[in-house]
Amino acid sequence: MMRWLPENVSTYGGEVDSLFYLIYYITAAVFILVTVAMIAFLVMYRQRQGRRAIYSHGNTTLEIVWTVVPAIILVALSFISQATWARIKGHVPPSDFKVQVTAKQFNWEILYPGPDRKFGTADDLVLENQLHVPVGQAVEVVLQAKDVIHSFFLPNLRLKQDAVPGREIPVWFEATKPGQYEMPCAELCGFGHSGMKGWLYVHTPEEYAKWVKEKWPAS
Amino acid sequence: MADPAVMTAGPAVHVHHELGFWRTYIFSTDHKMIGRQFLFLGLFMLIVGGALAMLMRWQLAWPETAVPGFGWVPEPYMVEGIIPPNTYNSLFTMHATIMIFFAVMPIMIGCFGNFLIPLMIGARDMAFPVLNMVSFWSGLLGGLVMLAGFFVPGGHAAGGWTAYAPLTAKAIYTGVDWGQNLWNISLIILGVSSMMGSINYITTVVNMRAPGMTWFRLPLVIWSLFITAILLLLALPVLTSALAMLLFDRNLGTHFFLPEGGGEPLLWQHLFWFFGHPEVYVLVLPAMGVTSDVLSTFSRKPIFGYRAMAFSMIAIAFLSWIVWGHHMFISGMNPLLGTAFMLSTMVIAVPSAIKTFNWLGTLWGGSIRFATPMLFALAFVSNFVIGGLSGIFMASTPVDIFIHDTYYIVAHFHYVVAGIIFAMFAAIYYWFPKIFGRKLNETLGKLHFWPTFIFFNGVFFPMHILGVGGMMRRIYNPLQYEFLQPLQPINVFITANAFLLGLVQILFVVNFVWSLIAGKPSERNPWQANTLEWAAPSPPPHGNWGEALPVVHGGPYEYSVPGMAEDYLPQNQSRRPSPTLAKRHGPSGGQVTA
Repeated sequence: MMRWLPENVSTYGGEVDSLFYLIYYITAAVFILVTVAMIAFLVMYRQRQGRRAIYSHGNTTLEIVWTVVPAIILVALSFISQATWARIKGHVPPSDFKVQVTAKQFNWEILYPGPDRKFGTADDLVLENQLHVPVGQAVEVVLQAKDVIHSFFLPNLRLKQDAVPGREIPVWFEATKPGQYEMPCAELCGFGHSGMKGWLYVHTPEEYAKWVKEKWPAS
Repeated sequence: MADPAVMTAGPAVHVHHELGFWRTYIFSTDHKMIGRQFLFLGLFMLIVGGALAMLMRWQLAWPETAVPGFGWVPEPYMVEGIIPPNTYNSLFTMHATIMIFFAVMPIMIGCFGNFLIPLMIGARDMAFPVLNMVSFWSGLLGGLVMLAGFFVPGGHAAGGWTAYAPLTAKAIYTGVDWGQNLWNISLIILGVSSMMGSINYITTVVNMRAPGMTWFRLPLVIWSLFITAILLLLALPVLTSALAMLLFDRNLGTHFFLPEGGGEPLLWQHLFWFFGHPEVYVLVLPAMGVTSDVLSTFSRKPIFGYRAMAFSMIAIAFLSWIVWGHHMFISGMNPLLGTAFMLSTMVIAVPSAIKTFNWLGTLWGGSIRFATPMLFALAFVSNFVIGGLSGIFMASTPVDIFIHDTYYIVAHFHYVVAGIIFAMFAAIYYWFPKIFGRKLNETLGKLHFWPTFIFFNGVFFPMHILGVGGMMRRIYNPLQYEFLQPLQPINVFITANAFLLGLVQILFVVNFVWSLIAGKPSERNPWQANTLEWAAPSPPPHGNWGEALPVVHGGPYEYSVPGMAEDYLPQNQSRRPSPTLAKRHGPSGGQVTA
């Protein structure tokens, strides 16, 4: 089942995937144990002539074991998850690459600050549904929404974050592999929700320099 | 506290009072008739909700092609049989709304709550019979208002069953005007209906238990319905308030959820899920209760760890109030809150694990009879295991970043919530003889079970794969995305299974209707079960118990007691002389009905 995961091209994506796999292995083991036990009991203890069911109301030791063991595993999973969660959503690492993404029905509006790296200046550039970033550099995206809630989803980067009207929500990612990656909206946002998508272009440093030159010839 | 026997003596006075057609079948105050009314309402809505799902599945397998036989549907609902995007959005919104509020709740809580509570605790009726009748009729009114939404200009609500603001707070955002208003109004009415039901259930269980029916002699299904009623009583006012605020935002110019007037979109989500997560347990607790009773009866064995089962439901009920934020990990809520909700969510899996292991413990060493109710109850356990385990993935905040709003979530909640259908069928096959006095056909029942179980898994298991592949829920056409195109054969496979799943339900409809009219008349206790409802005639008369109330002498799960000829021991059958009961009710200890 896990082989269907989209290719990971993000620095923290590997951590997300490892957790995904860890939980997959634990739950698959529990599922197999429970199912095998259940089928075995159904076969072994099917109604047969001359055999009576065991008269038992339970077993305190057993019940304590199967309360405490899952509790320990689950709390441990929380602690393991917390480290990754904090790294992805807890803070945004210092970055010189910042863009504003404003979601609206039914497009991503991407605002680049231009070579001066300041928003609100003459060299700002707006592109619809195209996010161009260099590979190997932390990118900070400030998410906003104009009308309803949208969700900024980069499956290959293992990033998803809702864009909420009235809020500015910073998120970040660092791509590890150049390429073109789909950027759909993951939150129902109206009749045009399906098909609301853009592309993330991850460039090599050379390609990126070329793209910058093209868009800001003066710089 | 007054003696329960004295408190329940009142209604006995008019037990033999003959009622006319209208008071017996339509405006009935008898808990059993109201239960039947809820059952018919729920089954009808189940068909409506299922049909909506079939249309969705067509669109997802063969996007934007004409649905065969639907060319007659007028624009803008359909265009020459093709489902347009807004209609698709209405389809999934209404599928969920109808299934949750008008199919599962009326059947599991409305029908079985009403039918079983008085019978299983040994009462003559609910504490407030008239309130009970009003509860059904207001529920029906809510249903009619909800169905009316399909016929208003602009179409029905299309903002998802979660109705996230601001999408739903302004008509221009969805293009849906009265559909969304009626959706809100309907759920407010239904909320009032459920409140009346809850008050009734709680009062009845607290005050009207038969002599000897102590709290820890209550069947687990009664525990589950009692806890469910408390959850509903506390959760619904929150939803009702939020729905009213949303209605005001839409129509009166308020800005509770609209940021341009200083409102907060996330407030809707907090209010909705503060109701919504307890609601999930409202749906699943009665299913767990039914499963416990059926498993014990057909294993001919006491339930394993009765107290742990009752306490784990109480634990679920408490924890259900502090996990709502796990629906909002990526909503923009403070990530530190995400951490807290992750921990509480992981912890709530523990009582569910206890229940599963105790069910296995019940099977262990049993003498298992594979009657139809048992097959469905076992299938509920097996689906619940998958649904419970898949929940751990989304409890982990980093994993949820990826799978949130994908088909992984859709797979998860269908294994839990649509899995309730198996408990619902178990309950219908199990209690049908008591409800209608006739038996359902066992052969047809088994023929219904196997394909239902197989196709159910054929529909919902592959959705995990779609989710791992990243397929977003609520999208109209997966082919619009390059990364989803390789997943399309899975969508076709799911749709084929969904159609087959729908098709085999005809066997149930045939069995239900045929058995209702011409089924084999049932004796009092066709399953040799212990609980009190089986001591009453099938179906029980008005007032349930004739002249004398049953007296309870033991727990509900005393099966295969050593030294007894029979392998069951009804709760109302006297055991060795109990000094306290003997003093109060005489040495015979009340009636014993075989």
